[in-house]
Amino acid sequence: MANNAPNGTIRLEIFRYSPDKGEEPKFQTYEVPFREDWVVLDAINYIKDELDGTLTYRWSCRMGVCGSCGMMVNGIPKLSCSAFLRDYYPNTIRVEPLANFPVTRDLVIQLDDFIGKLKSIQPWIIRKDGEKPVSEGEYLQSPAEHARFKDFSMCINCMLCYSACPVYGLETNFLGPAAIALAQRYNLDSRDQGRSQRQEEVASHEGIWQCTFVGECSAVCPKHVDPAAAIQQAKLSSTIDWFQEVLWPWGGKK
Amino acid sequence: MESHEYDVVIVGGGGAGLRAAIELGESFPKLRTAVVSKVYPMRSHTVAAEGGAAAVIKSNDSLEDHCHDTVSGSDWLADQDVIETFVNEAPSELIRMEHWGCPWSREPNGQVAVRPFGGMLIERTWFAADKTGFHMLHTLYQTALKFQSLQWYDEWFATRLLVDDGRCQGVAAIELLTGQLHAILGKAVILCTGGAGRLFPFTTNGAIKTGDGMFLAYQAGVALKDMEFVQYHPTGLPGSGILITEAARGEGGILTNKDGYRYLQDYGLGPPEPFRKRAMELGPRDRLSQAFMQEEAKGRTISTPFGSAVHLDLRHLGEAKINKKLPFVRELSKNYAGIDPVYKPILVRPVIHYIMGGVDTDIEGATVVPGLYAAGECACISLNGANRLGSNSLTELLVFGRRAAHAAARFAAEHPALAGEKLKAQASDEQERIASQFIRKQGGTERVATLRLEMNRLMEAGAGIYRSGDALQKACSGMAALKDRFRNVALDDRSLSYNTELISVLELEFLLDIGQSLLHSALCRTESRGSHQRTDHTARDDQKFLKHSMAYRTDAEPRIEYKDVVITRWPPKERVYGK
Repeated sequence: MANNAPNGTIRLEIFRYSPDKGEEPKFQTYEVPFREDWVVLDAINYIKDELDGTLTYRWSCRMGVCGSCGMMVNGIPKLSCSAFLRDYYPNTIRVEPLANFPVTRDLVIQLDDFIGKLKSIQPWIIRKDGEKPVSEGEYLQSPAEHARFKDFSMCINCMLCYSACPVYGLETNFLGPAAIALAQRYNLDSRDQGRSQRQEEVASHEGIWQCTFVGECSAVCPKHVDPAAAIQQAKLSSTIDWFQEVLWPWGGKK
Repeated sequence: MESHEYDVVIVGGGGAGLRAAIELGESFPKLRTAVVSKVYPMRSHTVAAEGGAAAVIKSNDSLEDHCHDTVSGSDWLADQDVIETFVNEAPSELIRMEHWGCPWSREPNGQVAVRPFGGMLIERTWFAADKTGFHMLHTLYQTALKFQSLQWYDEWFATRLLVDDGRCQGVAAIELLTGQLHAILGKAVILCTGGAGRLFPFTTNGAIKTGDGMFLAYQAGVALKDMEFVQYHPTGLPGSGILITEAARGEGGILTNKDGYRYLQDYGLGPPEPFRKRAMELGPRDRLSQAFMQEEAKGRTISTPFGSAVHLDLRHLGEAKINKKLPFVRELSKNYAGIDPVYKPILVRPVIHYIMGGVDTDIEGATVVPGLYAAGECACISLNGANRLGSNSLTELLVFGRRAAHAAARFAAEHPALAGEKLKAQASDEQERIASQFIRKQGGTERVATLRLEMNRLMEAGAGIYRSGDALQKACSGMAALKDRFRNVALDDRSLSYNTELISVLELEFLLDIGQSLLHSALCRTESRGSHQRTDHTARDDQKFLKHSMAYRTDAEPRIEYKDVVITRWPPKERVYGK
């Protein structure tokens, strides 16, 4: 493939930390060709390939769907495969690991906490009467029923929302935007009957009540999932559950 | 040497691996299963599939038609018993996906909707807008999380199969976080590592598609079957290679050359009107990509800074339909090509997409090495033959992931003993090999990226859409030389923790061997069939080559043998489209 001729260069300041070396974290500056069609990930790949094979980061699909390559780009959580150099040129771009997470090495963060939370909200279809036999075909679901949960099903687990979340930054017990959005995704699915089971987990975490609807999570979401809306919905339904159980114990309990 | 013991070890956490894991969790809850994946499962490349998954569900469709479309799509190189099994089991697999919550797009009456796809006579492709792979992968992963019998080894990279007494009994795998190699033992192993598109410079495949499982099996003595059959998807974005789904044409998009002419009608796919399936833009991918090359040779394509291209025109579909059915196409095209398909045609060119070949298995996913199974793109169960039809591969992951799980579970039950100490000793040897060859190595001047780029160029020059004996011979020699140079590779990174350069060099080592098997298989096949087009042997030759290529690894060049194709009800005929 022909490449656009480089017209000048652009500078990247990249966060470096290696646990093997026992050194303090630092920033290292690299100069790479500036290309109109390049994203920050392309520049980082150029550094890895041509300048410094020790630079460490995750990436795969380079089309904004695998969710691997989230980084802080000039202080804002971004998918580095979707952040174009041309939007920063000619200024230096500062690249850091996603905020609010422990750093494994360079731009790689630890995801274990999220994986645990993901599992805890039981992100699967729950049927009180069990799954029906395949011979009975699909569960019918109207386009309107599908639309109720569709947006919440678009989460790619890229962690940008956790990185932007002021509550998660202070209180890592907080279930967090993506996990709550996913719980809502199943709660709102007409095929699911597990809301009350899931709700216990969602409401038991203190964080949900601390979320002040700042909406940073929704602002940085690359897939327009709107986790802030999911959190507000979860709060509301938890409140209704509480009223139904405590103030209205004789009726309406689900 | 740390070791862990399981009944079944699955390598790879994409569509096939997760479907196998769910089956083991659900049907064999007493078996302990490890899922060893070099990335967190939801990063697996199944995530990038867009258009849909095929299965007969509607009353206007028939199993017979799905079989025939797949047979003719394969240019008769697929095994017909495999196709029948696949077609029969496909509907129940997609219904189960529905039961697990996959957000399939729906008809107004609430039933699952289907769309037309290339090479299929009847519309039978289930879809979740144009993010079908993403939704399937996340549904499978989230569903798999409920099974307690599954143990997740996320970000562990398998480097070698552990084989004792001719039986596969686990893998040696590096934990990325610590850099430590462990022996993960299992009474049966299922490889589900996906394709190897990263052999080539211009591909829709993500960075992780490096043929890991293909290499592991090849090294253990299993043949790589039909490796010369490589699918170019007709519509990728020039430069990045990002996929623009076939669903864009299934929904009515057209391909035009620089004069606005629907050139496919000149290549046995027309006439353009009336709209019908198995014709024009809904022809099979091999034919469409070949038509592009012919059109380019005639000077009727459009020049771009990233090679020539044609127009994929969706404007007549209108904004509402594009937003509803093809929102991801619009997003990708706007973000990565600066083109909004509502107002302008998208520039596209053929791009490496899928490897039809892979680890030779039988219909249960079993290889010739007892205890070793494979499913999904890394396997060649011979569903796809010389050309895969779009939307058969997502379903393939499910049907054959499930079948491999059953076969592996049966084998594990019948073979309870593990040669623990011998296997651990093998893993120790592997750790020492990696340390001495890469981490502690003194000297060496070659960079990983340089060698990878040269491999990419060789593969494209030798094994592109049109091939010749001379070009293939040259590429074969080039690959041998490159393998010599690989011995002189040196890493910048000698750390243990999360050493991605080490993973890259191991992936490159795998790719060089797989690439070699592909080039030699292509060189020996002196005919043209499906995606394998030889300019020096332009006709299909059923007399000599209605056979699967079987590449075996040796110390020198691969040895190529042949195996009969299974023909049951559909004797070989000419492939006809456009009628």
